[in-house]
Parts: sequence; structure tokens; C-alpha cells
Amino acid sequence: MSGTFVGMPAFPVAAHEAVNNQTLRGNLRHATHTIRAKRAKAVAEVSDWAELREAGKETKDHTLRHLDRYLVQLEESVVAAGGTVHWAADADEANRIVADLVKATGESEVVKVKSMATQEIGLNEALEAEGIHAYETDLAELIVQLGKDRPSHILVPAIHRNRGEIREIFAREMSEWGRPAPEGLTDSPAELAEAARLHLREKFLRAKVGISGANFMVAETGTLVVVESEGNGRMCLTLPETLISVVGIEKIVPTWRDLEVYLQTLPRSSTAERMNPYTSTWTGTTDGDGPQNFHLVLLDNGRTDTLADEVGRQALRCIRCSACLNVCPVYERAGGHAYGSVYPGPIGAILSPQLRGTQSEIDASLPYASSLCGACYEVCPVAIDIPEVLVHLRERIAQGGPVTRDGSKVVLQPAKGHAAERAAMRAARWAFSHPGALRTGQRLASRTRRFHPRTLPGPGKAWSDTRDLPAVPAEPFRDWWQRTHGGKDAK
Amino acid sequence: MSSRERILGRVRRALADVPRDDTPYEQALERRYLTEHGERSVEQRVDLLAENLADYRAVVHRCPEGELGTVISGLLAERNSASVLVPPGLDEAWLAATEVPRVTDRADSTPHDLDRVTSVVTACAVAIAETGTIVLDGGPDQGRRRITLVPDHHICVVRVPDQVVASVPQALERLDPARPLTWISGPSATSDIELDRVEGVHGPRTLEVILVT
Ligand code: SF4
Repeated sequence: MSGTFVGMPAFPVAAHEAVNNQTLRGNLRHATHTIRAKRAKAVAEVSDWAELREAGKETKDHTLRHLDRYLVQLEESVVAAGGTVHWAADADEANRIVADLVKATGESEVVKVKSMATQEIGLNEALEAEGIHAYETDLAELIVQLGKDRPSHILVPAIHRNRGEIREIFAREMSEWGRPAPEGLTDSPAELAEAARLHLREKFLRAKVGISGANFMVAETGTLVVVESEGNGRMCLTLPETLISVVGIEKIVPTWRDLEVYLQTLPRSSTAERMNPYTSTWTGTTDGDGPQNFHLVLLDNGRTDTLADEVGRQALRCIRCSACLNVCPVYERAGGHAYGSVYPGPIGAILSPQLRGTQSEIDASLPYASSLCGACYEVCPVAIDIPEVLVHLRERIAQGGPVTRDGSKVVLQPAKGHAAERAAMRAARWAFSHPGALRTGQRLASRTRRFHPRTLPGPGKAWSDTRDLPAVPAEPFRDWWQRTHGGKDAK
Repeated sequence: MSSRERILGRVRRALADVPRDDTPYEQALERRYLTEHGERSVEQRVDLLAENLADYRAVVHRCPEGELGTVISGLLAERNSASVLVPPGLDEAWLAATEVPRVTDRADSTPHDLDRVTSVVTACAVAIAETGTIVLDGGPDQGRRRITLVPDHHICVVRVPDQVVASVPQALERLDPARPLTWISGPSATSDIELDRVEGVHGPRTLEVILVT
């Protein structure tokens, strides 16, 4: 992954700072609790949710098991539909490919659809270094970009900002980038959205190059799918002459029909809507309609290393819905920035250390950024067992063992008296000193309840050697959550 | 070695532990989920579409085929539309009753040209009742994707009941992935500012759907 977050303090330090920031905690709490309650309602509307979730999981697992075959099939169908396919082993290679493609058009600015993959590789910074300005067009991404800030949530990257702060940023920064904010701008969401509309429309209408990611790629047909709300995605996918999509290799589904599963589970899990306002699909290029040059950059950047881990590979099923963030008691307190990567929350805690390896202090501490309460697993629409992967990664860090880095097998040394362990202990202390986070039930413990575990796995062992683990809750997590949070969440 | 070979090689090595399995995809997956939620009559399905469209703040109208021209003309007048974009294959009768100047989307019209147009009228390919979604597939009566994107006011005509399906699975079955598709559920919206929903950031701020029988 890119150096975007290099120099980040380890999770416990960053989390500690965030916890003391009252505005941040207020903004976050409001946001996560609102989405959480809405999501539960949207999911309850669908009587076959469990079956959809299972199909979503199985389809992704099947695809990952045959990923080489589906990648080749996808490449063939995209080329047959008039697109060009590029392969990028890491962030640098992907950035170079995109910069060269933009330069070949003779343009020095591009408009962008919100995309995790391009954030992961630090594309905007790489393009800037080549003299190319990349404009984020998603409202939240615009807020982050203008505020010279970092995204803190997968779905709502500016979730940590309230309306007053956003007004401030628009009034101060918009003129630096193009059309200034209107005089006398207030902090009403409608006015702020209008200011963004005017500011960005000027860019859309003249843009010659668009850059996007994709939520799904269909191997059978070569179709790419982008799911969004505002229409900025449609603008970038439709108006420019050249479209460049940078997509992780795990985003494949085998057939057109498979979309029926994800187009039902993704919107409900992410924005808690029956369907998001706009979904665009495109298959190569269409004569006279939309971009006439289409480039697909297939990105590895640690994904094949993740695939090599038998327990950890399930993280590649993730469809980036962000449901796990909104239910996580640790995320709610710590905020997205504390995770030190573009993937915050529970999914970030298992994905970043796998994509980037665990050499740095922040990455080694991430598997400890959890109380293992299991709420993330319960809401995940592709049933990723995040607690299982967290425990697995903790063991890896504490005890060492074989891992794959850049395609080669290496043996990780146990983190003895080492920064990682210190970070881990601090993280554990942090979690345990916040009883609210811990009391949310220990999923791991309840699964092995009959074994009456007395010690924590991994470095937590030293801690629990001298203490008893909290009693295993007798009631299932879901019941507990309903009983204790149900009233509060239902607004 | 090219990056293509490097990545494919890494994938194959990463999967060394996975037993060989040549079950064809159609058999590899059990699809136990439903193809439709609940049983509804044709009228109920159309009602559900209307309800869900309205729930996401689209404005819904209903009329028999013979009155379509009058209804469209009324909607354009209500908005004081200065001009209306029309896809090349739109039924002439739909706009017969209006005086609003017509603009046709030409190959050489720029996005700025489109930005000066007030309204656009199109048909659709299919509509999904359970989600309140209309899908455009670029057919002659729907036009290029950009015409329903840049103007601020979109009027979309759905033929009921034949263009209305119950669910997402039923819609995908009817759609051709080779065409560029736009799925629209209500007007453009954002919830990025303190999760307050605001309609219309970049796409049309008003979506009017006419269910025509
Ligand atoms: S891990 Fe699951 S819940 Fe979290 S973002 Fe990914 S798909 Fe959504």
C-alpha cells in the first residue's frame, strides 16, 4: 500500500487521542448510531436475508478459489468489448500506468469517482507529482480533499466533520480549486450540497478523462458496475472521452446473474436503502455513448499475499459496504483515522495488515484494535468472520510463522519484547479499560463457551495470565444488543 | 516476466492448498434465496412500484396512454421548462401537446449544450417494484446516458404492467449486459453531511415517473 499514512502512530496512540476529541466522538456516535438503526430495518424487510448472505459468501469464495481462471476470462471479455486491460502488481506500477495513460491524452486534470482502490495506492498524490490534478467529485471526498484531510469511513469519508466544519472548509478552500463558494454560505446541508454542485459541475462539463474504481466486475461479460448516490459517478463515467478504472483483482463475480445477490445486499448494508439512487454498468465501450477509450487496471498490491493465507483470505470477500464500521464499539470511540489506512474499522483491522504486512507498528497493532465482540461478523453481508481472522493475525504476530510477502513465502519472527507486542498490550489495555467496548460480549468466548477459556490467545496471554477473563455472557450477542442498545438506537 | 504472468502465478501458488474442483459454476452454487419477495397480483406490483418510487422522493403520476401527451405537456408547463431534450426514437405523440422547444441530442453537442436544457423525457427498459427502480438501457426511446444526467428535470415513462418486474433478479434476466445501463432509484441524493438526506447533488434534482396504461 502507499505511503499515505506512513508515520501514523500505532492504533492505541491514535485511538487514545481520538477518544479525547469530543467533537469527533459526537459526530461519529451520531452517524454510526443513525445508520445502524436504519440498516437493521432495511435488512428486516428482506425475508431471505440469510440465504442472500450465504450466496454472496459462496459466490465470492468460489471466485477466489478459481481466481486465475476468472481473471483471464474477464480480460478476454473486456478486450472483446473494446476495452484495454493492464495488470499492476503493486501501487507504484498502477500509478505509473494511470499517469502514462492520462499523459497520453494530453490532459493535465482528471475527475474521479470515489474509489477505495485509488486511495489505497495514493493515486492522487502520484498524479500530482506528474503535474496532473485529480479532482474528487463525491461530496464527502470533496470535503476531505478541500480540508487537506484523510477519509475516516468507507462510505461517508467525512463522517468526522459536522456541518459547521464543512461550511468553514468550503468557504475557505473552494476558490483555490475552482468556482468559489457562494457569498453568505450557511451550514444548511441543502446549501452546502448546492455549493458543491456548482463547484463540481464546472469540472464535469470540461473533463476529458475520468478515473473510477468498480464495485463489481463480471468475468462472463466484461461488465463493470459502479454503485453510488449523487450522480457524480455517472458524470465521471459518462461525460469524459477516456475512462480509466483501477480495480482490485478480488472484485470479480463470475456471471451477470450473480449481481442479483449483491445489488440486493450492498445497498441495504451500506446506506440502508432498498436501492442506491444510481447504479451504472458498462461493458467496454459503446459507439457514440460515453467514453470511447476504456482502460481497466487490475490491481494486486498485496491481494495475492492475502489470498495465500488460508484463514485470512476471506477478507477478500469484502464488498466495502461499511456495515462493520457502524456497529463496532472500538471504531465508534477511536474514529477512522486511528486505523492508519484507507480501510478503517473491523475490516481495516484485518485487511491492512494482510495487504501491507505487519512490519510497521501500526500494522502490527491493528489486529488488537477490537474487543472481539462479533458484531462485525453478524452484520457482514458476505459473512466474513472478522474475529476469527483477528485472532489468527494476533497469533501470527505474537508467535511468528509462515506468511507470503510479494509472492514469496517468508517466515515471520515472533514479536518478542518488540514494538508490536508493546503496541498490542497497549491496545488490549485500552480495550479493557473501556468496559463499554468489552462488555459487548466476547464472541470468541461464547463460541468456545464449553471450554471455559481462561487465557487470551497471542500476546494477550501474558495479560490474562494474572487475571480472569470476564465471564462469558450467557445470552447471545444479538439479544444483548437489542436489550441494551435497542431503545437507544431507535430514534 | 510481465505483471500479468507474475500476478497469475502468485494467484496459483496462493491457491496451492485448495483441492482441484471442476464443478461447473452453475452447479457450484446453491441459490436458496427468493426470486421475488411475497406474492402480488399485477396491480399490487404496480402499486408497490409507485409506493417505493414515492418513498425515495420521485414524483409519480398515472394515466392511460391516450392522455400521456397532455400529462407531459402539463408537467413541462408546471416547471416553466424552456427546452426539452428528446431521444431520437421517442414516440412523437408523447410531445405532440407541448409547445416547449425541443432539443435533440446530437453527436457533436457538448456537455455545456446539455447543461442549458431544462427537462428531458425518456422511456425506460424495465422498472423494479420491490426497490422502486427504473432502468434505462440506451435504447432509441431512452437515448444516450448523458441526456438523463445533465438536465435538472427528468420525466420517465413506464409502460405498466408489461415493463414492471417484481424484483432485482427478474430485472437482471431481462437486461442485456452488453448495453450501458443506468439504474435510477429516486433523484440524485447525498447523505454526506451529518447523514441528512439532501436531494440533487449532481444528477437531476427532480425525477417524475409516469406510469402509463
Ligand atoms: S467486512 Fe463485511 S461488513 Fe465490513 S465492509 Fe466488508 S462486506 Fe461490509
